[in-house]
Amino acid sequence: MKRMGSVLLSTLALPVILIAIWFAATRQETSVFVPEPLSLVKTFGDVWVGPAFTEQVVPSLIRLALGLGGAIVVGIALGLAVGSSRVLRDLLEPVLEFFRALPAPVLIPVLMLLIGIGDEMKVTVIIIGCMWPILLNTVDGVRATDSVLTETARSYGFTGMSRFRYLVLPGAMPRIMTGVRQALSIAIILVVISEMFAAVSGLGYQIVVFQRTFKIPEMWSGIVLLAIIGLVLAFLFAQVEKVVLRWYRGQREVENRGA
Amino acid sequence: MVDVSETSTSDAARVTAGAGAQTPLRPRVSAWRRRQRMVLGIVGIVGLLVVWEATARLGLVDARYLPPPTEVAGEFVHQLGSVSFWTALGLTMRTWVIGLAIVTVAGVVFGFVIGLSPFLRRYTTSTIEFLRPIPSVALIPLAVLVFGVRVESALLLIVYACFWQMLIQMLYGVRDVDPVAVDTARTFGLGWFARLRYVVWPSALPYLMTGLRLSATIALVLAITAELVIGVPGLGTSITLAQNGARVTTVYALTVATGLIGLIINMLMRAAETRILSWHSSVRGEAIV
Repeated sequence: MKRMGSVLLSTLALPVILIAIWFAATRQETSVFVPEPLSLVKTFGDVWVGPAFTEQVVPSLIRLALGLGGAIVVGIALGLAVGSSRVLRDLLEPVLEFFRALPAPVLIPVLMLLIGIGDEMKVTVIIIGCMWPILLNTVDGVRATDSVLTETARSYGFTGMSRFRYLVLPGAMPRIMTGVRQALSIAIILVVISEMFAAVSGLGYQIVVFQRTFKIPEMWSGIVLLAIIGLVLAFLFAQVEKVVLRWYRGQREVENRGA
Repeated sequence: MVDVSETSTSDAARVTAGAGAQTPLRPRVSAWRRRQRMVLGIVGIVGLLVVWEATARLGLVDARYLPPPTEVAGEFVHQLGSVSFWTALGLTMRTWVIGLAIVTVAGVVFGFVIGLSPFLRRYTTSTIEFLRPIPSVALIPLAVLVFGVRVESALLLIVYACFWQMLIQMLYGVRDVDPVAVDTARTFGLGWFARLRYVVWPSALPYLMTGLRLSATIALVLAITAELVIGVPGLGTSITLAQNGARVTTVYALTVATGLIGLIINMLMRAAETRILSWHSSVRGEAIV
């Protein structure tokens, strides 16, 4: 009981202090840029609870999901192909390195030229921008598959699809998840700024409108909402990773204990 | 992020260690492999350019929106000769360097202060874990309001995005110190500062370099983002200007330029890491388990 209390204390102490400072600082004088905590909570409710959620937030989340989903599928598929063939790997390595090094946001102007400013553009930008970390990590994961496992699978006659399904994919999974984690943060950046660039709906668009019309508390509520979305996605990803890589963590624990 | 070439060298090291008799063969084989890789890599690049050229020339995609690479290359060379390109590039790189410098200093200082104190470590974890996943682009409207198109806008985004990355790496690094080494240093009478300098710092350095390498990439992305979206002067602004002026070829040439900058930054960071950590087993490549 006492231990739980101390954990609770250490978790909540600093956040409580920071919020108290925020209260105290905004009480004395009202800055144009910094809203009071309570009015921020109220604005948040007024702005985002209700139709605005389905009209502005849901489209952004759908774009994010489609883009990230597409990037995962394409990235893993290409990564498995490239990782399994040495010739393909040698052939594509410099090209892939270039695309990985390309800062993803510069794709937005280029894709606006190629496919306009619709939803396809935003989803395509996310797919192309997020694909590289997943692809390159998959390639590395496939290459780093334990050679004993590879040879065992060969002796037992695993070929074709079952080899991919039971050897290559699970072997590469820890690296793939690393790639997906990097892709997740890129996806959030891209969905927000592609909406700031060219959109008539969406969270990024809405926040820019608030900022341009100097609705400061509303703008802050948008920032808070983005923060919450970032937190929720990070939490969801951690849960998925825990399930997908359960066997891997178990294996690592056993290995570490043995060492 | 272990890159492909790093993995292949460690593979090579493992193979050599496994088959001692074949050791003398290795240099010749790897030289041949290296040449094969280079040739195939060039074939890959040329292949991509040929496909792009054909797509543009055959009209599969409207050539107004996808100019062929030969034209983009011409424009790229033209840009290399123009003062405005180098000015913009200089501004982008200045933002990048200042951002990275702030993040490195802040990350190291906070990393040491928090990491060395179990009390602070325990009491800051929840706040760090809460603030870390907040996407830095959420701060764009705030940056616009407070700083406008000044460089501080870009710095705000860069510092916010990279600071957590750096801090977390430093916290891992400081914790990774070998307790035996600390005890040994204590036994030999090293003072607090000497222990920090000769025991904790070298243990944390590889983590610092990892944080710096990741931050270098993120900082470039956010510098360009701030230029594209907010209008902070730099290469990103040149791209939006070209886009608004319907100078499509310039848009492509500048996009390729940013990719090349990213590539050069990656290479430099990797080289710096190898150089600074030349004493470390992960770089020496001798640690065969």
